[in-house]
Amino acid sequence: MSASGLLQSRVLRRAAGGELSGSLWRQAGRRFRRNRAAMGSIGVLLAIALASVLVPAFWPHAIEDASWENILRPPSFETGHWFGTDANGRDQFVRVFYGGRISLTIGLMTTLVALGIGVGYGSVAGFAGGRTDGFMMRMVDILYSLPLLFFIIILVTVFGRNIFLIFVAIGAVEWLTLSRIVRGQTLSVKAREYVESAVAIGLSKPAILRRHIIPNVVGPVVVYVTLLIPTNILIESYLSFIGLGVQEPLTSWGLLISQAVGQLDTAPWLILFPATLLALTMFCFNFIGDGLRDALDPTGR
Amino acid sequence: MLAPMLAFTLRRLAVAIPTLLAIATASFFLMRAAPGGPFDTEADLDPEVLESLYRAYGLDQPLLEQYRIYLANVLKGDFGPSLVYEDFNVTELIAIGLPVSARLGVTAMLLALLFGGTCGIVAALRHNRLFDHATMTMAMTGIAIPSFVTAPILALFFGLYLKLLPVAGWNGGAAANMVLPVIALALPQLAIIARLMRGGMLEVLRANFVRTARAKGLPERQVVINHVLQSAAVPLVGYLGPALAGIMTGSLVIELIFDLPGIGRYFIQGALNRDYPLVMGIVIVYGALIILLNLLSDLAYAALDPRVRRTYR
Repeated sequence: MSASGLLQSRVLRRAAGGELSGSLWRQAGRRFRRNRAAMGSIGVLLAIALASVLVPAFWPHAIEDASWENILRPPSFETGHWFGTDANGRDQFVRVFYGGRISLTIGLMTTLVALGIGVGYGSVAGFAGGRTDGFMMRMVDILYSLPLLFFIIILVTVFGRNIFLIFVAIGAVEWLTLSRIVRGQTLSVKAREYVESAVAIGLSKPAILRRHIIPNVVGPVVVYVTLLIPTNILIESYLSFIGLGVQEPLTSWGLLISQAVGQLDTAPWLILFPATLLALTMFCFNFIGDGLRDALDPTGR
Repeated sequence: MLAPMLAFTLRRLAVAIPTLLAIATASFFLMRAAPGGPFDTEADLDPEVLESLYRAYGLDQPLLEQYRIYLANVLKGDFGPSLVYEDFNVTELIAIGLPVSARLGVTAMLLALLFGGTCGIVAALRHNRLFDHATMTMAMTGIAIPSFVTAPILALFFGLYLKLLPVAGWNGGAAANMVLPVIALALPQLAIIARLMRGGMLEVLRANFVRTARAKGLPERQVVINHVLQSAAVPLVGYLGPALAGIMTGSLVIELIFDLPGIGRYFIQGALNRDYPLVMGIVIVYGALIILLNLLSDLAYAALDPRVRRTYR
């Protein structure tokens, strides 16, 4: 939308009831809260996260409790195995939520690693500009063209299937887009008129950074991060499914799904619960990401 | 138009060589940094046997010498012997696996483009109506449910219950054996393509030149076919490179589930067994393929969109 179009729509909106009070962020927050899909997703995600924390802590069965009398029991409230049991008679309810703990933690931690590297790299390139920027971004271009999942697989093959190494391996590979976003935003904001006028009226550099650069960079980064978390959860479950990710006695959604595949025809509930929770989590993060994008960038669509 | 495109192609190819070298180097040293060798998984071998095995595969040489020999051989198209599939060298294994994976990948890609593209176009033309919402919800589902969940369910349903199609296996590439893997492979990309196509269409449908075309009195059909589609397909062409890369990686797990003798299954088994030459060879081949396909996709992108072309100078 052009500048005049934006102005027009603001005038219209003000005429329609006036909502221009408050800062940019407060407006974005209001827009976001009106997005029912996104708000509902936050609720669902919080519920999944809470259950992942509480169920393994308080449930009468532990994840490794095998019971030969209760092999492959279907879900039932009477037996107390709400999600049934697996081929070792282990309670699936606790295992699914324990797996959620691991999957969500990996999603968050890998994203944090990627965030650290990406923001650091991108902001250095954006601020430095010129030749340094050119070189740094050319490196990113080269890395972009590599088969990254293959490198994650090599990394976990080589350095063992330790859960911390999975964090690092996924994070070390998934920062590229973040660095591009940060660098692009930094460069484009630096060249905007309002930054020039801020310089002209004598605003200090840190103040410009705080008032103009950071708020403009944070928006797209937050949006991308909410979309990166599910991507990374998916990569982790992919690795675990292949057998290169989380290892027994720990478990994750990917590992549970992988173990369920062998018993798909005799015990379909084994795949049902972890797959549903995984898909639900993907859905929620995607809705939240879309909602944030719409809220932060009202000119979008 | 031709000269800058040629220069662009040459420059990209010039970057491709150091990139491939970087891939080869990174995977070589990473694999060698691994604790544990390819022969540890066997029952404890006699030290003498082990030593002669290492000598036979050149693993007793200093690391840099191994690296030099490896690069020289790769340039000749020789990726060395497989450490696990004893009677094959890596080049032979890739020659066996690549056609299988390529057939799967290309078929899945065509399916995704055809159906995803059509769904996206129709959804955009029926913007905010039932078909639009239904398609986009399904696309969201397609993206949210990973292929390693859909694939076994498809196999169970169509293979085991309905007995319409084989549950697994390649059978020399028989059409019936390809149906389920191709569908499982295509679904996530199909969903992404539908969303992209719809987004591109919606944007173009609002563009000034479309309004002009309508104002001229062209029938809607002609407006869509002659004016909208061409511009709306541009973002899609830009996505082709990443889509192919996505299908290639998706192929890893699909080949595993359906037990297909593709390059992806060799890669995973190689990684699990620490078969260094096999893993390195496949990564280099995949890297080269991805670079090539990205280049083609970028060229097509530039050919379609003059604004993009300008930035390639």
